[in-house]
Amino acid sequence: MISQFFILSSKGDPLIYKDFRGDSGGRDVAELFYRKLTGLPGDESPVVMVTTGGRRHHEGRHFIHIRHSGLYLVVTTSENVSPFGLLELLSRLATLLGDYCGALGEGTISRNVAVVYELLDEVLDYGYVQTTSMEMLRNFIQTEAVVSKPFSLFDLSSVGLFGAETQQSKVAPSSAASRPILSSRSDQSQKNEVFLDVVERLSVLIASNGSLLKVDVQGEIRLKSFLPSGSEMRIGLTEEFCVGKSELRGYGPGIRVDEVSFHSSVNLDEFESHRIIRLQPPQGELTVMRYQLSDDLLSPLPFRLFPSVQWDRGSGRLQVYLKLRCDLPLKSQALNVRLHLPLPRGVISLSQELSSPEQKAELAEGALRWDLPRVQGGSQLSGLFQMDVPRPPGPPSHGLSTSAPPLGLGPASLSFELPRHTCSGLQVRFLRLAFRPCGNANPHKWVRHLSHSDAYVIRI
Amino acid sequence: MPYLGSEDVVKELKKALCNPHIQADRLRYRNVIQRVIRMSKLDQWGQAEVLNFLLRYQPRSEEELFDILNLLDSFLKSGSPGVVMGATKLFLILAKKFPHVQTDVLVRVKGPLLAACSSESRELCFVALCHVRQILHSLPGHFSSHYKKFFCSYSEPHYIKLQKVEVLCELVNDENVQQVLEELRGYCTDVSADFAQAAIFAIGGIARTYTDQCVQILTELLGLRQEHITTVVVQTFRDLVWLCPQCTEAVCQALPGCEENIQDSEGKQALIWLLGVHGERIPNAPYVLEDFVENVKSETFPAVKMELLTALMRLFLSRPAECQDMLGRLLYYCIEEEKDMAVRDRGLFYYRLLLVGIDEVKRILCSPKSDPTLGLLEDPAERPVNSWASDFNTLVPVYGKSRWATISKCQGAERCGPELPKTPSFTASGPLIPEENKERVQELPDSGALMLVPNLQLTADYFEKTWLSLKVAHQQVLPWQGEFHPDTLQMALQVVNIQTIAMSRAGARPWKAYLSAQDDTGCLFLTELLLTSENSEMQISVKQNETRTETLNSFISVLETVIGTIEEIKS
Repeated sequence: MISQFFILSSKGDPLIYKDFRGDSGGRDVAELFYRKLTGLPGDESPVVMVTTGGRRHHEGRHFIHIRHSGLYLVVTTSENVSPFGLLELLSRLATLLGDYCGALGEGTISRNVAVVYELLDEVLDYGYVQTTSMEMLRNFIQTEAVVSKPFSLFDLSSVGLFGAETQQSKVAPSSAASRPILSSRSDQSQKNEVFLDVVERLSVLIASNGSLLKVDVQGEIRLKSFLPSGSEMRIGLTEEFCVGKSELRGYGPGIRVDEVSFHSSVNLDEFESHRIIRLQPPQGELTVMRYQLSDDLLSPLPFRLFPSVQWDRGSGRLQVYLKLRCDLPLKSQALNVRLHLPLPRGVISLSQELSSPEQKAELAEGALRWDLPRVQGGSQLSGLFQMDVPRPPGPPSHGLSTSAPPLGLGPASLSFELPRHTCSGLQVRFLRLAFRPCGNANPHKWVRHLSHSDAYVIRI
Repeated sequence: MPYLGSEDVVKELKKALCNPHIQADRLRYRNVIQRVIRMSKLDQWGQAEVLNFLLRYQPRSEEELFDILNLLDSFLKSGSPGVVMGATKLFLILAKKFPHVQTDVLVRVKGPLLAACSSESRELCFVALCHVRQILHSLPGHFSSHYKKFFCSYSEPHYIKLQKVEVLCELVNDENVQQVLEELRGYCTDVSADFAQAAIFAIGGIARTYTDQCVQILTELLGLRQEHITTVVVQTFRDLVWLCPQCTEAVCQALPGCEENIQDSEGKQALIWLLGVHGERIPNAPYVLEDFVENVKSETFPAVKMELLTALMRLFLSRPAECQDMLGRLLYYCIEEEKDMAVRDRGLFYYRLLLVGIDEVKRILCSPKSDPTLGLLEDPAERPVNSWASDFNTLVPVYGKSRWATISKCQGAERCGPELPKTPSFTASGPLIPEENKERVQELPDSGALMLVPNLQLTADYFEKTWLSLKVAHQQVLPWQGEFHPDTLQMALQVVNIQTIAMSRAGARPWKAYLSAQDDTGCLFLTELLLTSENSEMQISVKQNETRTETLNSFISVLETVIGTIEEIKS
């Protein structure tokens, strides 16, 4: 049961505040939350916090929050509730707000305060969840969202390729899908759009001898529909798609995942036979399918790193030669590749030789950062870095041999995005709509594939 | 009440589920539950709520229990983590007499939990990790084959990394120890000093089982010559030597040289302790201590000086020739110049002890140098699943058991006001007062003219003062048997407008509770309930600030009825 809900900007300014039960102190709760959050000792987690001491009416109040696109969405409760349920509710609220107001952010919220309060009124009553389904809510929400700039499909930059912002927001890219789901009849032309994203997150750990220690792929098929609710669609997946270790399909090695879970509204009648998913999506965002795959990746890893380290203990000169090979298919490319390599303490001065001019390397926070804006599949890049490491104080004759690399170097981690590529190999074959709009054109369908790194670590 | 769907049937069920009369009648309730379970049009919030309702239900027979479990099975496969965890909790509680069913459920929830642990939402990931730890307390091997899922990546926030390190520490076994240690070693050189230290402590924890490998890694870390690492490694060594005496030799060889890299109080204390207790095996121990003695004047931490005194006394016993001179200097300094009283007293104490004679000193100071049994004590045995089943999918695992205890304690003390009548443990899933009994309590005859004021606000201070200044107006003994839940009593008293000021925890002996009430004329009733260990009766003492016999009598009869009702419910 929720007592209050509020949204704070990243600087702690309250944007939205709603008290559902009137059993708690006033608005200063929001301020209290932010003070607590910023003053938290390092070893405590901010996700769930409790108030102690201070004035009596704040006593024993639990704050549970998520951070979403730079905003804090917070609920308070005085009961011992299910944390999973509350966090789910918060992220659902974030999605709903995004659906109604456009991409979440401080500006969007403060422009659409009326819509947000209206939405909250419907979603939560006296602190209990009523409904979060788009279907139900659209009957009650009257206010229209204010959009900062009108969206035009022909504005190519916004339909865009896979943008750079994914690393921050970790959501499917392209701002085309981030506008609100308008309910007005006026702009019919914009409504006939469907976005289907296959997004995979990749976590990999490679040992220093090059052997693969861990591969983990978390995949999602996300749908954002601007079509009227109730129109049926069919999504065809790769036919060789196998679930579990034992299933066999087709003649090739197939595409294998360990576990799949579907949204409850999905109809799986044709899934077994033809790998077709049928559903009638409500307007707005929906995660159709989630899947996981670990330790058993059939396609080669996108990147391999061949490091060689030379370390002269006497002079303190450290030379690191990094060769990065991209094993993607020739036509694919990786974007926004960044290599992060922690260095021993106190490294000063970096000299570099990079294999192409668009790359950049610098020292930041005790680590080497090597930026490669674009890496073509099948290509190989290299960088030679020389650093001076001050000699550790004390006698040099300490147990370690002189050729071993200094402690504190590595492991290297890579972050990148791979547009139009899925590491599991899963593809959407087709997206068919049963819905035929009475008027003009066919609906626009956008199917996108993307993989990005969650943690891609290579030990040195 | 959440929205449970749109159809009329559902609305009816909604009403039925909240109706105390139906809840009292088991057959009707069971019927309703069967229908609720079969409802297919619930959204995830409705499902979570229904699962919550069902926690109150006690199946009558084994058959019915498995019937319910089968009906609910689909909830375990739900896509929403909230529903899956709610179903898990319900299964664990329903199957409390069937450990194999519980284990089975925990195996099935492994997949969803691991998925949540690597979820994009950090908050969800954190909560899931806390629950993983909870499960590991009972089933240590449960996640061992998935250890790679708990490796940290550098972009994760601090609090998640710390949780993951804890999990890694708990799931280590013979097969994965090599890989886990290698991973942890990587964290020890992390840029964040806090995280590096947490990783070192974690290796220290693993060292209790896999001593040799861990001591080797820790020794290598000393070679880094970095302050924040060295100090933690030395502290880990100290704790380890006490628990696992077999590693003493290795530790003693690693120690020389570390004194240069330790600046903080904790690290110094650990090093000095090690030098004192195991000084006879470390060749340069007296010289290191001598440095400390030389600089004792500029030492800022009194605790370090105390440790130094004790260590030097011990070392003096094993290597008298090298230590005699500096011990004299240190004692002189501590007695004559030291300003901290505790240090001075300790100095004087050792001085007088030395005057008694060396044999006496040996008898007192040469205590055992290790105590391996302590390790067994510190590792709590595998806790049964039932001990935490009711805490699953609540805030308790997120805060941790001990922190939760302090939170609910200070809430309990605060919550005597009427605005927050329930204590949190109560709402979790504690045994509710069956509805029919509650009603009867409410229908108590408000005997005579006694009207108790509902919103009495009395601070504990004021209560104590008044209590001490008054004489006992009435004393009585009521029969009482066995255990009960203090929350239940508190609830029941609340219903008749008697506030609880303070109360011992459940099961404590002697058990005491202080109550207060006020009638509409302003007359205060202060009450003490006392339950001693041996006799099977509850002693009631009532004090009154105005002497009026008739109101006193009616107050006591109210109190008697409430206590009598609780006694009945219990039996």
